[in-house]
Amino acid sequence: MLTLEHVSFDVKEDREQKEIIKDLSLTLDDNKFIVITGPNGGGKSTLAKLIAGIIKPTDGKIWFDGTDITDMSITERANMGISFAFQQPVRFKGVQVLDLIRLAAKKNLSAADACQYLSEVGLCAKDYINREVNASLSGGELKRIEIATVLARATRLSVFDEPEAGIDLWSFQNLIRVFERMRETIKGTILIISHQERILNIADEIVVIADGQIVRQGPREEILPGLLGTASAVEACEYYQEGR
Amino acid sequence: MDEIQKTLLEEVAGLEGVPAGAYNIRTNGELSGRNTTANIDIVSKDGGNGIDIRIKPGTKHESVHIPVILSQSGLTDLVYNDFYIGDDADVLIVAGCGIHNGGNADSKHDGIHRFFVGKNAKVRYVEKHYGSGDGRGKRIMNPVTEVTMEEGSEMEMEMVQIRGVDSTKRLTTANLAAGSKLTVKERLLTHGTQDAVSEFEVNLNGEGSSANVISRSVAKEESSQLFISKLHGNAPCAGHSECDSIIMDSAKISAVPEITANTPDAALIHEAAIGKIAGEQIIKLMTLGLTEEEAEAQIVNGFLK
Repeated sequence: MLTLEHVSFDVKEDREQKEIIKDLSLTLDDNKFIVITGPNGGGKSTLAKLIAGIIKPTDGKIWFDGTDITDMSITERANMGISFAFQQPVRFKGVQVLDLIRLAAKKNLSAADACQYLSEVGLCAKDYINREVNASLSGGELKRIEIATVLARATRLSVFDEPEAGIDLWSFQNLIRVFERMRETIKGTILIISHQERILNIADEIVVIADGQIVRQGPREEILPGLLGTASAVEACEYYQEGR
Repeated sequence: MDEIQKTLLEEVAGLEGVPAGAYNIRTNGELSGRNTTANIDIVSKDGGNGIDIRIKPGTKHESVHIPVILSQSGLTDLVYNDFYIGDDADVLIVAGCGIHNGGNADSKHDGIHRFFVGKNAKVRYVEKHYGSGDGRGKRIMNPVTEVTMEEGSEMEMEMVQIRGVDSTKRLTTANLAAGSKLTVKERLLTHGTQDAVSEFEVNLNGEGSSANVISRSVAKEESSQLFISKLHGNAPCAGHSECDSIIMDSAKISAVPEITANTPDAALIHEAAIGKIAGEQIIKLMTLGLTEEEAEAQIVNGFLK
């Protein structure tokens, strides 16, 4: 469904051209749960942004369901069926949680229907539906609302950039359940950027990216054993003990 | 009433005809409709340049609508309206001014409103300003509002100016006695070459009085805004003022908050922030399928809601 063909992405840093993504090719199949992992600074988040259209490749092509989307805007890609959950969700003064979920669902959902998406991510819906998506919400709450917007869209491809970042350990247990359920119910491909062993554990396929390139790629059973104990597969407890 | 006047009436007072309860409709500088009730009396001032609205003590769940409509280009209208709200009353007052200027001369409405809010009375005041018409003549509104609040009274003021007023200078002053509570929610959007000044002066004179003045504004294109908020704590009291603005295009915004405590037991806070729409907010809404323009409109609407 999604193909990246010799994709490169460069940035200018201190007057030098730096390659963040280097001639990367990758194909994601339909209805798969894929986790991209790898060391920090390896280009994972950049790759997610390239897929959503937030940044455009310096070189190469991106195809979605047989259409060349390389030059398409974020909006066009979103309307074709690509969703993106931000690593650091955005705050909006005055925009209520209900507004955001309605925008995501592209229909005038009743409050009760919108609440279902919030319940899904473990938020007591009636306490949140009329709240503003502003600084009064904690990082973890925002993150769950962000995930709820992607659930409400229910698109063919859902990309999550480090969904565990900023979420406390208790929420993290629920997050795993959210993804497990999503995997069962959503008809589409889920692409998650994560270091979390427990997320890697539910993947169909794992892609390891380091230094802007794919280092390893294959079914979980093949890839995961080699990652355990490395920075690409961190245990939840360890992750939180490090205070990240 | 012609179609233009009907549209203006709907914009400023949400009315599709004559309202229920007491009302006074002023069109092009003249009285065009009035109704009084057993509890609410409306009397013209001598000289015809305003009205006195008298609400009997204890009046509950009644409303007064006093919209002003100007559709004749080049008209300057100045009115003095005095509201006497009896003790323990609980009422809704809807004011508002709509100007349609299809000509090349300036149209101007200056409304001077004085409120005398009796003991333990509750008032909700809604004021909307709106302008339309494609003439070169300006649409100008300079409202002056003076509020005198007696002990234990409550007043909530909602002041909205979203579209079409070229120049506005509004001054709101309030004097609060013990235990009274004032809430102001102002929403302002300017565009084109519009110019808006909004000034609040709140004197917290009585023990236990409180005021919360919240202004949210958006300045687009070449427009400019000045927001001044002065809170004077003259007794043990609580005051909070907040001015939050979105600036776009080549607009200019100034926010001048001023708080003065004349006693150690006056707790006063002010907050002011001006900033443009964050790029990531637009990107987030685009990932939900909105275009850049739709995203911007959504953010502005939410902010001014």
